[in-house]
This record gives sequence, C-alpha cells and structure tokens, in this order.
Amino acid sequence: MDSSISVKENSQKRNAIEPIVKYRDVHKSFGELEVLKGINLDIMPSEKVALIGPSGSGKTTIIRMLMTLEEPTLGDIIVDGRNLWKMEKDSKVFRANEKHLRSVRGDIGMVFQHFNLFPHMTILENCMSAPIHVKKIDKQTAKKRSIEMLEKVGLGDKLDNYPSQLSGGQKQRVAMARALVMRPKIMLFDEVTSALDPELVGEVLEVIRDIANKGDMAMVLVTHEMDFAQEIADRIVFLDNGIIAEQGTPTEVLESSNNERLQSFLHRFRNGNSFSSS
Amino acid sequence: MNWRWDLFFEAIPIVSKGLYMLIGLTFSCFAFALIFGFVWTLLKRIPIKPINWIVTWTMEFIRSTPPLIQLFFIFYALPTLPYIGETLTFSPFICGTIGLGLHFSTYISEVYRSGIESVDNGQWEAAKALNFSTAQKWTKVILPQALPPTIPMLGNYFIILFKEVPLAATIGVVEILHLANTFGSQHFRYLESLTIVALLFLIISYPSAILIRKLEEKMNRRFDKKEVIQESKGAVMNG
Repeated sequence: MDSSISVKENSQKRNAIEPIVKYRDVHKSFGELEVLKGINLDIMPSEKVALIGPSGSGKTTIIRMLMTLEEPTLGDIIVDGRNLWKMEKDSKVFRANEKHLRSVRGDIGMVFQHFNLFPHMTILENCMSAPIHVKKIDKQTAKKRSIEMLEKVGLGDKLDNYPSQLSGGQKQRVAMARALVMRPKIMLFDEVTSALDPELVGEVLEVIRDIANKGDMAMVLVTHEMDFAQEIADRIVFLDNGIIAEQGTPTEVLESSNNERLQSFLHRFRNGNSFSSS
Repeated sequence: MNWRWDLFFEAIPIVSKGLYMLIGLTFSCFAFALIFGFVWTLLKRIPIKPINWIVTWTMEFIRSTPPLIQLFFIFYALPTLPYIGETLTFSPFICGTIGLGLHFSTYISEVYRSGIESVDNGQWEAAKALNFSTAQKWTKVILPQALPPTIPMLGNYFIILFKEVPLAATIGVVEILHLANTFGSQHFRYLESLTIVALLFLIISYPSAILIRKLEEKMNRRFDKKEVIQESKGAVMNG
C-alpha cells in the first residue's frame, strides 16, 4: 500500500512509474483443465497491450480475471497497488469479498464479444444507468456525459432506440460508450469484433483507435485482428498453452521473433484462416 | 327430479354474495404466492448445499401433498400443537390464504426461476463489469428482463388458483360453494344452487383465460416486433 503512494509522488520520473496491473504467477484451472499455468505480466498506465494466441490459450481468461468474472486458482493480481482477489485484515490474508472487489473493480471497464447491452433500456439509459446508480452522479450530469460519449462514437441520433434496433457494429459502439462513461483507468476488450459481420468491423476498430490515441487509459485487447494490434499496441503478448510464450513491441513479435509456435500461429493467420479459430 | 327455476332464481342472489369472498381470497392467496414464490427462488439460489437441499425438499413436499390436506392441517391440526398451537390459530380466511398461497408459491417459484434463467449470463457479467451492487443487479438488470415474459404463465396460475379456492369452503370460508351448500341443505336440493356455482366460475374463468391468451400474444408480438426491426435494419445494412 505504502509503496504505491510513494510511487505516485515520483510519477514524474517516467522510469519510476509502477505498473497499474501486475499479474504474479497467476494460475487458473477449470476443473481438471489448467488454462493458465503461471502468468507474470505488468501493464503500465496508458499502455496498450494486445493479447494474441490460438483459441484455448487462455487470453480471454486473463482479462476476465481482471474484471473479476473469474477467480484465479493461484497467484495474485495487483491493481493500482491493491490485491484484487485477496484482502488483508490483522495481517491475515482472506479471499476478497464482494465489497473489496467492488472497491477495486471501479477502475476497470470491459467490452464484451457479444456486447451484452441491456435490452430493456434505451441506448441512453444503457449508458446512464451505471453512472447514476453506481457512481451516484446526478441525473443531469450523467445524461450530459452519456450523450457526449454516444456522440463521440457516432450514435448521437440513436439515443432513444433500443439495442435490438441497432446493427452489431452500432451495438458494440454503444457498449464502448457505456464502459467509457464510467471513466475507467483500465479498459478491457474481449474479442470485440469477433461477433460482427466483416463489413461492420471497421467502424468498431475506428472507435478503439480513437480511444487509444486520446490515451491516458491502459488498454488490454484480446484480438484476432493482427494488423490492428500491430497498429495500436505498444506491446503484443503471445499466449500459447497457458503461458506467455513471447512478448515485445509489435515489430519484435510479429516480424522478428524466432518462436516456432508463434510462427506457425501467424502463418495460419496470414493464410486467411483468421476466422476459423474464433 | 325436476329442474326448478324458482329455486334457481332464488339461489342466484344468495350464492352470488359469496363472490366477494371468492375473489378476495383468490387475490389474497395469489399475493401470498407471488411474494413467497420469490422467497423460495432466492432461498434456492443460496450456494450452500444443506440449505439448498432443505429448501428443495420442503418445496417438493408442499407440492406433492394435496392442498386440501394442507388446509385441514393448518386449520385443524396446527392449533392443537402444544405450546405454539395458540399462536398458530387463524381465521378460515387466513388459513386459506396461507394454505393455498403456500402451495401455489412453489409453482410460482418455478415460473420465476425459468424467467431468471432465461436471462443471458452476459447480462450478469455486464452488470458486474459496470460495478452494480448485488441488489442493483437484480432490480435494474435481471428482474426487469426476467419478469415480463413470465406474466402469461403467472396469469394461468392465477386462473388455476381461482378454481382451487372453493377448497377453502371446507374449512368454513363463506364463498359461493359454501353458500350453495347451505342453500342446498336448507331446501334438500343441490342441483340448482350448484349449477349456479358452476356458471359463476365459467363466467369469470373463461373471459379471464381469453384475456391471458391475448396478453400472451401481445407479449410474443412485442418480442417478435423487435426481431423484425432488427432483421429489416440488418437487411438495409447488408443491402
């Protein structure tokens, strides 16, 4: 706890900045199946990280644990100096309760593969509800912010429509506005273009690019869009078989790596099989 | 035995007086069942094995025993229990409400459960990602989606319940069956008065059933309509 405060004081020095997220030897099993076998990963504030890898490699599980949708079997995830899944009391360590999770989770936002918009609310209500009920922001301010955000993603004319009246690309843009309006420090994107028709992928990537360029938010993208990852990511992390098999700048990973598994993975992609694995 | 119109017409106003009680008890039972049904549903979601086991078997027990026996038990047997019998002595109306309400609450709990389970898991996850509290997840996200589709099913149970309420005549609730019986025993003829009971039920149940069916169609259309809009938009986008 203390160290994170002192780190904030030193934050002018670039090299002294603490990672906003730290994974320390994180394991995750579903029953007998061990999906993650010891993940160590640091994410810096405002860093854009792309997670790539074959399906079943555990990349989605990594961000789902950060969003508290899955609990790690072993290991620690530290968010902004606080242990996400464990809490300390009288120098004993306990499993985090919902109250603790809620206090940490507020810094994190997520966009899902299948949008998960609330179908009984209008687009505007989808964006407004969490600021009003969770952050207790007054209704007028929440409405104003939500409208601004929806205009930014190009849906200012759809405020009173219901999600079922929108195309997939529009839905995903609403989902992003809904997460952004909560002003998270970390945004997670879980294969956000995988459920879209190919011609709708562009408009969604456009919005992500916009967010990334504005950028003081840390972003973690699980994606199959290699070109896009290369374009916006500061770092690409290749997961294979539950471990981080390779990581580095996009150029390092996508062009000059000697990792065989990575090579064959990229090879399959470049041969146009990019959609078969998802 | 001849049909006697004079007795028939004489009995109509007398028997009809029980309608208030019949309808009142129906609503009272249904309200009890709606509330208790939800309690069952929540209890069943507690992820502790022994509690789950107890709740499941209690519900199964209530559902598998005839409501008539439950009514008799609550009305005649409970007050005779040592120590607590005194506090468990209720009027026939309250006994009817508890007995039938409890019995139907187990069915209604299943209706709620199916409604809640029909809500996609992604909705829970999205609510969690937006950091809603547990109570907010239920009230803002899950229940508004889970409950509307159950309305027609709840309506059906309402009509079934309505037709079960005369069971309460056996523990002395003065509704139409009770009055028809009394009338019959006074005149040594039951045909006319009981016919009135049957007719009154028909007059109320049948239009209610039609109403429920209309409601069901309306709900279905509501969902269909959204699909149609979506498809036509999709077609526009694709075309």
